[in-house]
Amino acid sequence: MLTRRSFLQSSAAAAFAASAGSARAETPGVTDTEIKIGQTMPYSGPASAYGVIGRTETAYFKMINEQGGVNGRKINLISLDDGYSPPKTVEQVRRLVEEEKVAFLFQTLGTPPNAAIRQYLNDNKVPQLFVATGASMFSDPQHFPWTMGYNPNYQTEAHIYAKHILATKPDAKIGVLYQNDSFGKDYLIGMKDALGAEHAGMIVKEASYETSEPTVDSQVVTLQGSGADVFLIVATPKFAAQAIRKSFDLGWNAVRYVTIVSASIATVLKPAGLEKSKGLITATFGKDPTDPRWKDDGGMKEWAAFCAKYLSPTEFIDYNAGYAYGAAGTMIQVLKQSGNDLSRDNVMKQAANLKDLELPLLLPGMRINTSPTNYSPIRQMQLSTFDGESWQLFGELLMG
Amino acid sequence: MMSGSSGRQRRGVTLAVLACAIAFPFLASGYHLYQGAQVLILAIALLGLNLLTGFNGQISLGHGAFFAIGGYGAAILTEKFGVAYWAAIPIASLVCFGAGFLFGFPALRFGGLYLALATFALAVATPQILSYKGFDAWTGGSQGVLLAKPHAPFGLLTADQWIYLVCLFCAAVLYWAARNLATGRIGRALIAIRDQPIAAETMGVNAALYKTTCFGVSALYAGVAGGLSAIAVGFVSPESFGLSLSLSFLVGIVVGGLASLGGVLFGALFIEFVPNLADQLSVNFGESAKALPGAIYGLLLILIMAAMPTGVAGALRFAARLAAAPGARSS
Repeated sequence: MLTRRSFLQSSAAAAFAASAGSARAETPGVTDTEIKIGQTMPYSGPASAYGVIGRTETAYFKMINEQGGVNGRKINLISLDDGYSPPKTVEQVRRLVEEEKVAFLFQTLGTPPNAAIRQYLNDNKVPQLFVATGASMFSDPQHFPWTMGYNPNYQTEAHIYAKHILATKPDAKIGVLYQNDSFGKDYLIGMKDALGAEHAGMIVKEASYETSEPTVDSQVVTLQGSGADVFLIVATPKFAAQAIRKSFDLGWNAVRYVTIVSASIATVLKPAGLEKSKGLITATFGKDPTDPRWKDDGGMKEWAAFCAKYLSPTEFIDYNAGYAYGAAGTMIQVLKQSGNDLSRDNVMKQAANLKDLELPLLLPGMRINTSPTNYSPIRQMQLSTFDGESWQLFGELLMG
Repeated sequence: MMSGSSGRQRRGVTLAVLACAIAFPFLASGYHLYQGAQVLILAIALLGLNLLTGFNGQISLGHGAFFAIGGYGAAILTEKFGVAYWAAIPIASLVCFGAGFLFGFPALRFGGLYLALATFALAVATPQILSYKGFDAWTGGSQGVLLAKPHAPFGLLTADQWIYLVCLFCAAVLYWAARNLATGRIGRALIAIRDQPIAAETMGVNAALYKTTCFGVSALYAGVAGGLSAIAVGFVSPESFGLSLSLSFLVGIVVGGLASLGGVLFGALFIEFVPNLADQLSVNFGESAKALPGAIYGLLLILIMAAMPTGVAGALRFAARLAAAPGARSS
């Protein structure tokens, strides 16, 4: 028999179940004690050197969880191997979204893998946050409002070089060496953008190379022959080292710019020759752990302590590990700002609402800012020049 | 009468597998349908490679290249020329047939390992050719090409169900064609060329024609698979067709069983799921072991080949023989 009391009880229970159900439906991957997030990483395959990024982020969230999590919720990062193969990335991301029901994706790595999943994630309104690539196509809030970049993108960096050239050498003749892929072309586009139509003629010669070529010596000779007095080297480490050495050996007296991709002292400048690298200019945004200047820096000490406890000395000097440390810190800030509303809408809104965030390994004074129209979190860089031993920062922080 | 009953058995197994495959899209989630489609696509490519390597004895380490031609062909035809996907896949695979047929001529001059090396070069060159800047306008360079997902006619099915069924249809037709090729006169000629080339020529088999045509047909299969893959994934880029893809095809036919058409299904399941399994297993070795999936994959491969040296198909045949004649073992 249906009594009034049991009717009320059951309807109340039904109402409660309905509301709980709808709340869960709005916030996939979130319970009162846990927030589940996903990522793909090339742990195997040709790009496996980047796997350290996933390992560092896993370790960072472990540290946060040991400290009690964010708003009482532990972070559960599901980091899957995609072997840097786009068909596999699509499969793994569908597993994360449809089977594991993660709240959102964080730092999926690589330009082709991210390009393959961007449409799917935007169609399903799943945030694709802080993708680990510098390609500018991932900072396009107008067309892809659920996808946000992280790195200073290559075009931003190119703008900084162009502005510096215009300010210091307005009648420069620029020769550009670039790798023939989206990485190389992004710099070239950025350079032409910033020079504008009226200075477009300043680029007197462009020479490209394929990664299959053994050396870029002939390209460097061609560029010198064009009469250029500014040499922009847009190359991956091995080729950048060749270009630096060759331009010195030729006695080519140009102002040489080298991109952040190949500014490492250990992997580029030493093979090229430290003496031959003197005078190079680059733009940077992070503190170099091998630079003695940061020995007593607070942020660097924090990073060293973290590595000692959760990682190893190898990771301490690994550029990619330091990068991941910053990205994970940014993610935690977004979660803190989101409070108890961890719906995909709100997480995306908060990711686009970062205000003057400082990170331990960013250069002093650098701040992360995002807005609904600005999906490029790191936009500032500072120029530095190589004195034969280490990079020396000069000038102000610049905005690309 | 042994052959009659085993023929009936085979037909029964084939129909049962087909029935399961047709029921699958109405029971599984979208994610599993995507995986199912990947398995079917790989199975098609393995069918083609098995005709070439298993039946005809020509080793190819470069079938990823034909897979790539099929994939890029379908992508360029649909996105740049507005051709419908159902027309683009046959066109792209015919291009593959032509490419494979032509490649078959130099292949005539190479035997065994030398052919393996020549095709290996093809696999190495593919990603770089795809990102060559002269072709940028069509291939999108290293940015690749994005494809729109096809929708089911009349909106009766989800896109995932539809793509799966299209793949199943192609796989079934191509399996049927491969079986007819392999079991008839042509199949006997292919096997004869593999095992006794001189005797085969003496018997009047035109080895050059058979070998080049076999290469072409094999490439056509890879092309269909590549075209379906481009549509199922919705994206092609040079990274999708790396060296490891070509190698995984060879792994697939060996694991499945050389010269076994049914075995390709097991080979495809292996290529699709064992890397995932390796990734999951590597978690058990602690967080720092995240670099291990490749090593675990290798270990699993060695274990499987040690347990089943003639592939899964060979092991199943052996088990079936034991079951049919329990006393056979003691005799």
